[in-house]
Amino acid sequence: MAHPTILAVPERTERARSRSLRRNSGWRERLIELAITVVALGSIAAILLILVFVGKEALPLLTSVEVHREVTPWSMLIPIRQHGAEAYVWQPVSEVPKYNVMPLIMGTLKVTLVALVFAGPMSVAAAVFVSEYAKGRMREIVKPAIELLAGVPSVVVGFFALIVLAGWVQRAFGTEHRLNALVAGIGLSFAIIPIVFSVSEDALRAVPRSYREAALAMGSTPSQTILRVVLPAAAPGIAAATVLGFGRAIGETMIVVIASGNAALLDLSLQHSTRTITATIAQELGEVVVGSAHYDVLFALGAMLFIATFVFNFIGERIVYRMRRNLGTVA
Amino acid sequence: MTSAVSSRRLVGTVRHGDRALAGLTAAAVVVILVMLVIVMGDVVIGGVRTLSWQFVSEAPRAGMTQGGVFPAIFGTVALTLLMTLVAVPAGVATAIYLTEYASAKSPVARLVRVCVANLAGVPSIVFGLFGLGFFISTVGRMIDSVAYGGQGVYGRPCLLWASLTLAILTLPVVVVTTEEAILSVPRELREASLAVGATRLQTIVRVVLPEALGGILTGTILAVSRGAGEVAPILFTGVAYYLPSLPTHLNDQFMSLGYHVYVLATQSPDVDRTKPLLYGTALVLLSLTFLLNLLAIWIRSRSRGQSRAAR
Repeated sequence: MAHPTILAVPERTERARSRSLRRNSGWRERLIELAITVVALGSIAAILLILVFVGKEALPLLTSVEVHREVTPWSMLIPIRQHGAEAYVWQPVSEVPKYNVMPLIMGTLKVTLVALVFAGPMSVAAAVFVSEYAKGRMREIVKPAIELLAGVPSVVVGFFALIVLAGWVQRAFGTEHRLNALVAGIGLSFAIIPIVFSVSEDALRAVPRSYREAALAMGSTPSQTILRVVLPAAAPGIAAATVLGFGRAIGETMIVVIASGNAALLDLSLQHSTRTITATIAQELGEVVVGSAHYDVLFALGAMLFIATFVFNFIGERIVYRMRRNLGTVA
Repeated sequence: MTSAVSSRRLVGTVRHGDRALAGLTAAAVVVILVMLVIVMGDVVIGGVRTLSWQFVSEAPRAGMTQGGVFPAIFGTVALTLLMTLVAVPAGVATAIYLTEYASAKSPVARLVRVCVANLAGVPSIVFGLFGLGFFISTVGRMIDSVAYGGQGVYGRPCLLWASLTLAILTLPVVVVTTEEAILSVPRELREASLAVGATRLQTIVRVVLPEALGGILTGTILAVSRGAGEVAPILFTGVAYYLPSLPTHLNDQFMSLGYHVYVLATQSPDVDRTKPLLYGTALVLLSLTFLLNLLAIWIRSRSRGQSRAAR
């Protein structure tokens, strides 16, 4: 956006200026410009380095014969026979280590869905209030106040879920285990409310004024305008907010590691303790031998997580971009 | 007569619908704010009794059941300061590149933008894995084999690697806020500066950046607040549960408030005795990040008000 302003300077002035200054400061200036560009390219390098170095430690899982004696990518997915029945087991520290990721994926999905169901509609509704109803000072107070939720460290949210929320949930639902998927999911919603709210609110505000004015001029009431014109127009953005919230939720670590109970069980119950991919990495990596099969498997989980969140973020941002382009409000 | 009644009834239901939607969405806002207040209120009420000068100035004693959290505060501050030294210059440079140098359609600039956005979405635990795999196992080991004859000096978890890991994690915060601030600098200022013969770099350094200082400061504060609260990225890259002495070198390990909360909450053998300390530590951490956030909001609204007034 800012670039055209620089281009707007008449070209002759620019050339004359650079000619007169080239002698004393030209090379220095160009060196600094080069440095700025190199630093800017650093974020591309960072993404690549993350992919390469997390992937590198996970690679033996695909290539090493030694690791394959313990675990293969295939054996991480299929059940083993245990006591005459098929079972999906994550037990990396046992005589015969078992590395089935299904319980961890299930745990991650359970906790994430609880958080989305709990936080999603509420965040979107709050975004509607802030963008459509709140005016002036009210808006200027409510919006930053909700965004302050992002300023609460996740370890503090996890701590709150452990000490306080778990007790409330247990009393309300009579759950057998104090720490379970429900507690972790509600805790997790603290982490995703700010992002779902912000992105939804942006999407609603990107809907041109003329849409609202046209609807109102046709005799729609404010609520009809919001429900039938503004929300449908902003729907892709709200979908994107949900996708971004999902990506944020599957990657969140400290809340779930503290509040989920950390039992790797493959079931659908929200009342049982559960264990997510992130919590598994956080708890186990500190105790494994560098270069062991277990170490490689944990890095493979990290790589999986990285790719999953990358895909979700990419989808989310594409949707937002397209919606803005269609509405003619590309920033 | 009939039509007047029915239209009045229609207006009545319509008003009803409008009120219902307004009320429902307002209720959502209230619920979210109440959640915020409950978490903060619980931590404040639970922690305020523990809080004392002794608590913030002393080291833990008696197996973490007595004493204070000074080393954890010190570690958190050292960690975020080092992180800032890297993240802020890099983030500001990236923002300058995106707004002042790259053309809007440049594919490289678009790629940088995509990468910054995606960096913000990478799970924090993956940053931890990256720090371990890249900084410690690769860069650190390399330094050790070149400069220290293979001794484990930098090829292990320490303050340096943890803060670099956090710097990459917080980079997008700095980039996005700085970019926003630079974009809001009026183009007339740049044009005036260029017209009187300043070079592009002089314009940026002497005109654009001073105008955008509020935004850069906001970004820095938000990055510090974020970095101070993160635990997952430092788990394997340098944090320690208890250290008898404060970190004095870049390759020392350190204690941190967030990790302290985590360990006290999950691995304490005697929860009832550590609970006051747990609440106290959580309160110190929360006050730190929360006050920084408030400060950022305040600076942002002030600098926005100023630039509006200036125009």
